[in-house]
Amino acid sequence: MTDRIYLDHAAGAPLLPQARRAMDEVWSRPGNPSSLHTAGRSARRSLEESRESLAQCLGAHPTEIVFTSGGTEANNLILLGAAAARPDRPRLAIGAAEHPSVAGVVERLPGRVEVWGVDAGGRLRDPGPISAETALVSTMLVNNETGVVQPLEAVVAAVRKAGAWVHTDAVQAFGHLPLDFAGLGVDALTVSAHKLGGPVGIGALVVRRDVALAAPGFGGGQERRVRSGTVMVALAVGFAAAARVAVGDLATEPARLTTLRERLVQGVSVLPEVVVNGSAPTSPAIVNVTFRGCRADDLLLILDAAGIDCSTGSACTAGVHQPSEVLLAMGRSAADASASLRFSLGPTTDAAAIERVLAVLPEAVVRARAAAL
Amino acid sequence: MRVLAAMSGGVDSAVAAARMVDAGHEVTGVHLALSKNPQTYRSGARGCCSLEDSHDARRAADVLGIPFYVWDFSDRFAADVVDDFVAEYAAGRTPNPCLRCNEKIKFEAVLDRGVALGFDAIATGHYAVLREVDGRTQLWRSAEQAKDQSYVLGVLDQAQLSRCLFPLGLDTAKADVRSEAAARGLYLAKKPDSHDICFIPSGDTAGFLSRHLGSSGGDVVDECGEVVGAHAGSHRFTVGQRRGLHLGVPADDGRPRYVLGIDPVSNTVTVGPHEALAVARIEGIRPSWTEAEVLGPWRGFVQVRAHGAPLPALIEGRADSITVELDAATHGIAPGQAVVCYDGDRVVGSATIAATAR
Repeated sequence: MTDRIYLDHAAGAPLLPQARRAMDEVWSRPGNPSSLHTAGRSARRSLEESRESLAQCLGAHPTEIVFTSGGTEANNLILLGAAAARPDRPRLAIGAAEHPSVAGVVERLPGRVEVWGVDAGGRLRDPGPISAETALVSTMLVNNETGVVQPLEAVVAAVRKAGAWVHTDAVQAFGHLPLDFAGLGVDALTVSAHKLGGPVGIGALVVRRDVALAAPGFGGGQERRVRSGTVMVALAVGFAAAARVAVGDLATEPARLTTLRERLVQGVSVLPEVVVNGSAPTSPAIVNVTFRGCRADDLLLILDAAGIDCSTGSACTAGVHQPSEVLLAMGRSAADASASLRFSLGPTTDAAAIERVLAVLPEAVVRARAAAL
Repeated sequence: MRVLAAMSGGVDSAVAAARMVDAGHEVTGVHLALSKNPQTYRSGARGCCSLEDSHDARRAADVLGIPFYVWDFSDRFAADVVDDFVAEYAAGRTPNPCLRCNEKIKFEAVLDRGVALGFDAIATGHYAVLREVDGRTQLWRSAEQAKDQSYVLGVLDQAQLSRCLFPLGLDTAKADVRSEAAARGLYLAKKPDSHDICFIPSGDTAGFLSRHLGSSGGDVVDECGEVVGAHAGSHRFTVGQRRGLHLGVPADDGRPRYVLGIDPVSNTVTVGPHEALAVARIEGIRPSWTEAEVLGPWRGFVQVRAHGAPLPALIEGRADSITVELDAATHGIAPGQAVVCYDGDRVVGSATIAATAR
């Protein structure tokens, strides 16, 4: 299995050895970081050092870091927490190409959520005037399916002028693009550990201290009283360690991945009836391609058998791939939105991997097209 | 070989897939999503394609260490099986949707997709036996007569059968399959068998048909055309049915009466005595042949329902129909069901029952 090619880093990147080693030292230690005794103090020290380290990686203040179980919980927390915190502003606005952990708020708060459209390239359209009833606007920084980087600066200025909070889901940006919470000017930002080589099971909502959220859950009041529950110290330690590595590599890794990404884009573009989705700028780590006339499922099956792991990037229902909501929002047909794959690159990806994918794809596409007839 | 293992989430198909892995094949599991709105859980022995079933199938594939995919055939299933089921009832016939699903979905749509993707064969947990003889694939009854499913496979033709594998049919008893599943660490070993119609999980076929066809009432008449009662929708009846007739006028002789026929055009249900259900001659249409066309008369056996006994008969095949003369009359054969023809325990072909005569 060692010669398999893993191109699904956006779903979950392999754990970095630095993160594993950092966690190895912490797992076996007893202690709840909320306890006052020696063991508790030791755990709290590890937790707070991780918080400070992570804050530094994000250009944030340590008190702005609220640890959660991952990106989904952080997104739920800001949306529900903001909606409940500002009764004079009952409305929310989100982008049309958000992750389900943001998009799902439309069903949770029916009639209260405005959805801002995206253009054919996947970039947010100018939403026009922003209502004074809007509590929060949430739009992702890097799209998880297409890698498209949203023009956040324009949104931030307009939204803050209208008195609303701005949140950005930066799960796919952290570790791939330089990220500066203070510099972005947003009120809240979501990150997740396992997308950048940290452990699964931890993420964080970075949220300005003057943004008072109403806690959607209740309990012991940990994490600024907005996210109750014993904080997972070892995971926080692993998250911080991975973040330090990823942010430290920002000087070289994005440029390396950009070269690989360009080769992949150029290689697939010569195939007939193939469209690379999303307009520049994009993350160096994500390529989304529509192979017209194929079922994405069938391509996945063929590529898996050929030793290549990639994905559609979109959710399944009972294991059945649905047309990508992101591509539908970009105006693609249901058929095209069901014929698309996401290749997501990471530290384990090298030029040989990309060449092997490009060698396998032509016949795979012919075969998948025959199977879809 | 590259083998596609159809995995329903039940014990039979999981063990069938396991045996294919043992045999050294490169096996990929597929679960078919056939329902538009799958139930989240499975209730008893009814239904399939629930989220639990797809989870069970995936778990089994993971234990076997094989790739696993869910293929969505809900559109094809709705058109080819469910719509057909409703249309057949609307026409006064009694269809067999499992057989139709085998013919149109499992061994056509799924098999075609698999072959296009580079698979050599499809393996299922059906209890039937395939034998290669002189370059042909023969379909035989399974060793365990009680579980034999050759009847619902009788619609398959040579092109389909030559790409089928039924790893359970040759030598396996159901109890052995369960203990084999347990020994392999497949936790679905104790899962109940599936019965009934998968897309009517409530088991209320009459209610399902009423929702699709409405309930327009009509007359119940006797063999002479005398009105003897009323019904709330002719699709609620099947030839041979005795219960639920609620006749206002008793028979002259006081004996029970049975449904003899359903005429959807006049919306009448004809009833009569048991002896009037006797059938000695069957006309079948849309014949299909497992190996090659068998034209002209020959002596064999026919089976007219999934768990029916083989009946000795003189069978005459033609290009577009077959005629069956039973040695001894049988009772209550419903048009729309399949008549499957056997030479001993070997399946020769199948047809849809269009008409019967005494």
